[in-house]
Amino acid sequence: MKAQVKEPFTRQVFWRPKSLVDVRTHFCPGCHHGIAHRILAETIDHFGLREKTIGVACVGCAVFLYDYIDVDVCEAPHGRAPAVATGVKRAQPDKFVFTYQGDGDLAAIGTSEIIHAANRGENITVLFLNNTTYGMTGGQMAPTTMLGQKTATSPYGRDFKNDGYPIKMTELLATLEGTAYAARVAMCTPAQIRTTKEAVKKAFEMQRREMGFSIVEFLSTCPTNWGMKPAEAQQRVLGEMSEYFPLGVFKERQQADCL
Amino acid sequence: MTAETPGVRREFMKGNEAICLGAIAAGCRYYYGYPITPQNDIPEYMSTHLPPLGGTFLQAESEVATINFVLGTSASGKRVMTSSSGPGISLMQEGLSYMAGSELPAVIVNISRSGPGLGGIAPSQGDYFQAVKCGGHGGYKMPVLAPHSVQEMYSLTMLAFDLADKYRNPVMILGDAIVGQMKEPFVPTPYIPAVTTEKPWALTGCAGRSRQHIKSLYLKDNAIEVHNWKLHRKYQQMQAEEVRAELYRTDGARIAIVAFGTAARVSKTAIQWARREGIPVGMLRPISLFPFPSAQVHAVARDVDALLVIEMNTGQMVEDVRASTPFHDRIRFLGKPCTMPTPEEILEEVRRLAVEIFPAEVRA
Repeated sequence: MKAQVKEPFTRQVFWRPKSLVDVRTHFCPGCHHGIAHRILAETIDHFGLREKTIGVACVGCAVFLYDYIDVDVCEAPHGRAPAVATGVKRAQPDKFVFTYQGDGDLAAIGTSEIIHAANRGENITVLFLNNTTYGMTGGQMAPTTMLGQKTATSPYGRDFKNDGYPIKMTELLATLEGTAYAARVAMCTPAQIRTTKEAVKKAFEMQRREMGFSIVEFLSTCPTNWGMKPAEAQQRVLGEMSEYFPLGVFKERQQADCL
Repeated sequence: MTAETPGVRREFMKGNEAICLGAIAAGCRYYYGYPITPQNDIPEYMSTHLPPLGGTFLQAESEVATINFVLGTSASGKRVMTSSSGPGISLMQEGLSYMAGSELPAVIVNISRSGPGLGGIAPSQGDYFQAVKCGGHGGYKMPVLAPHSVQEMYSLTMLAFDLADKYRNPVMILGDAIVGQMKEPFVPTPYIPAVTTEKPWALTGCAGRSRQHIKSLYLKDNAIEVHNWKLHRKYQQMQAEEVRAELYRTDGARIAIVAFGTAARVSKTAIQWARREGIPVGMLRPISLFPFPSAQVHAVARDVDALLVIEMNTGQMVEDVRASTPFHDRIRFLGKPCTMPTPEEILEEVRRLAVEIFPAEVRA
């Protein structure tokens, strides 16, 4: 935390979370990764977990998690973060273990790892950022790409006859017995950000109470690869994306459900 | 002290089970795996014996997941092992490359079967290239140990854990269906750690220290070049310090067999028979396939008339033998892909060589 200059008769109401490293991020203007990172750091601080947390970074824009979040971080091969997190959590069940994955990572190449981690009720927390594209590699089609969406590898728009449909991972994972908590959130308005923070807290709480697998899906922007201004990208999340990927809590296990 | 010494406690087990015993003796309490023949004795043994020791056995959804469980547990600073056979080891190559790049120790057992593809479940040494040259991307190395007895399945597994920690690198045990499935007596010698087990680099939460990372991505400036040279120096150190080979009856030998694992085990019988016939034959048995005992191969090649390389494939290690010595005209090859050579077949080959090399003496 940077030293703040205190003016007389003022009170500091806003500061950098302790777990958020004071550096400039590489994220593009209008990208929601920064908001998600901040919420993650705030939640780590909220539960006082900084010194007992191990994060697992995925491949994609989120790989630099270790430069931004002030906790121990292990890099995973593309899509394998839930498997790496499993190895960490099994070896250190008293530690707090989370993965932070994009939609290319979690919903395409890592489908097997995420489904089986959830099905085992692996006591980890997954933060899943869905921006309907492969951001780092230059905006190619992802399994979450919307029908008709033009990307670097769907230049005529995604056509279900060729590419199938955008996959709703969080709903799918909510059907599994091992999943304790599954929610989809967005970060376009202050109210949404507050809801998001509550959802992330809930997900953390599930792991802290050893109730099983928890996942929060963040609908996010990618203005650079969508070819949109940040404000337009925001509108897209609020509009067509939220229509297809409805926000809400799909599963919330109660303590009494855990035998 | 051998299994024949009276009064010594012995075990009578399969090679695969001896690997488990060696791993547990070396302090391994984490095992992850996926079923595949002919190594299923290993996960079956570990699933029975690890939980009572407070350890963890977890069956993964695939070998891809398996090697990443291993990666996570290794990053946590714990000794961890997995085992598989060819097709499963292929799926682990991605993870092995990441572990080599991230400098993470672990023991990977390949009880190899024949290939390529689904191949068969017969013993084979067809995975030599994949193990020794490393099948993952980017260029890396890992020590590869080749046991030829149940005793070595036990003791080389303990050594593998020490090497893994010493170099912060994956280490492979390369066996096959024969050495994995055969039962014989062995002495479960006590484990004496050869390296410190402290791992200050492990990810344990940043209490009382600044945050740490385990990673293989180096984007800035020439960081990846620096990292590659650092890894290279480590591999050079392995070559300087970890060469292991057995010389078997090379006294006065004019023919030297070069073979590892099961092929070497069978060769020992053939050598005994040939010696009884007066044929001066011995063997150089590489125990470490990487680092390869090149200097030893050259020293033997210098002193003999013929080097007979025997492998249960169509010729893989023979390339490393050729690279070890300029005496290429002395190198012969006997390949038995996807099956075990019999002592009779090896004896026959040795006799043929003897006639070819020193006809007058043999006839006399």
